[in-house]
Amino acid sequence: MTELLDSTSSSESSTMTESSAPAISAGDGPLKMTTRNVDVFYGDKQAINDVSIDVTMDNVTAFIGPSGCGKSTFLRCLNRMNDTIPIAKVTGDITLEGEDIYAPKMDVVQLRARVGMVFQKPNPFPKSIYDNIAYGPRIHGLASTKEDLDNIVETSLQRAGLWGEVQDRLQDSGTALSGGQQQRLCIARAIAVDPEVILMDEPCSALDPIATAKIEELIHELRGKYAIVIVTHNMQQAARVSQRTAFFHLGTLVEYGVTSDIFTNPTEEKTRDYITGRYG
Amino acid sequence: MANTGTEHTVKAFDTDINELRGMVAEIGGRSEQAIAKAMRALEKHDLKLAAEVVAEDKLIDELEKRIDELTFQTIALRAPMADDLRELIATFKISGVVERIGDYAKNIAKRVPVIASTHKLGPASLLPSMSNIASQLVRDALEAFARRDADLALEVSERDQIVDDFYTSIFRSVITYMIENPKDIGEAAHLLFIAKNLERIGDHATNVAEMVYFAAKGEPMPERDRGENPTDLLEEPTTGR
Repeated sequence: MTELLDSTSSSESSTMTESSAPAISAGDGPLKMTTRNVDVFYGDKQAINDVSIDVTMDNVTAFIGPSGCGKSTFLRCLNRMNDTIPIAKVTGDITLEGEDIYAPKMDVVQLRARVGMVFQKPNPFPKSIYDNIAYGPRIHGLASTKEDLDNIVETSLQRAGLWGEVQDRLQDSGTALSGGQQQRLCIARAIAVDPEVILMDEPCSALDPIATAKIEELIHELRGKYAIVIVTHNMQQAARVSQRTAFFHLGTLVEYGVTSDIFTNPTEEKTRDYITGRYG
Repeated sequence: MANTGTEHTVKAFDTDINELRGMVAEIGGRSEQAIAKAMRALEKHDLKLAAEVVAEDKLIDELEKRIDELTFQTIALRAPMADDLRELIATFKISGVVERIGDYAKNIAKRVPVIASTHKLGPASLLPSMSNIASQLVRDALEAFARRDADLALEVSERDQIVDDFYTSIFRSVITYMIENPKDIGEAAHLLFIAKNLERIGDHATNVAEMVYFAAKGEPMPERDRGENPTDLLEEPTTGR
């Protein structure tokens, strides 16, 4: 583990400051993303303070914490979604497979294909189910023939557990599906461009319990194929789907560890208070 | 991270937890009283008091049921986490263990009619001291639960050795007594069972202490270094020399 920390902390980034906060490793499994001493500012206001986390392939990582704690802000740093906010400034190191994602040479469009994202509300394009999936592979040139594209669409829908429900109506509009189906369509859409990491920002908060269970089952099936990071307000969900949990509070990472430890015997009092419902 | 007893945002959760803690204190108190009464009935050969212990065991059984129901309901409805979860799991297990302590007291009471007098049985003289210590362990284990005190729990577990040593001692003297007084073998055997019941009560107090420790610390209690294990004595008759 020390080797990992050494290799990533020898950063050339000028924005990074030496900090007493330890870099926190997710433990076992091949390392996919690392973040070191990440600060995020919205104008003068600091939203994230010195966060260091590792994301591995084999574990689903959950970010939990009260509203405004910075978990979504931090998630959005992982594929540079914060770039779209003019006053947002991100400092520190974030790497994907050892590559600095904030390096000037980084192609952001390519990055967002490698680090896909699923949002709180399902947001299918107002296009057919087929085109929703085919859109990404087309613009990224992942398919040379119609047959290739058909294959990608089918595989992606299968992986997202939606194929059986839509295979006979691929030309229907994506927006005509139910909420849960739309969310799985969005996951299929993210999968279609063959990402390495999938970020999910409260993916089930607009869904009923059955649709939620299907997404959670899907997360379970996708684990290992992609590194998955999920932000959730639902602690039971974090407990059910993740193997690593990070608790954020007021922009700082309070505790990061094995999910079962966090929910049965957290180390920090703040974590304890939050997960047992003694917060505020 | 130990439970500091600070309030939950949802106050009804605290109400449930406090009600459960109250019931655990009550079942503990009743079991402890049952041991004391059973031992007094034995010493005074008081059949009425013994019958009372047997009858009152039903109250302990009912309390256990109520604790289990409320724990089950609280887990289902409140989805407790961390120290809350540990405490509820501990409560669930403690109620079962304490109910067993009540059963042992009842078992002692049931033997009262067949032991006409403990005074003639020499080894019986050790029983009151043994039962006092076993009772104290039960009291302290439940006090540790009430105070969420892992140190007291650890101490209870260590002190169980004294009860074990008493049992070993009584076992040996009862065997000798039986050899010397074959006509009293029946009563002496009952005496031995009573000593065994007290020894088991000490073990169960330790089980309670282990649960308290786990609830407070989130990790199992360290194994204590046992001296001579009374269960080793079970081997004795078959090791024939």
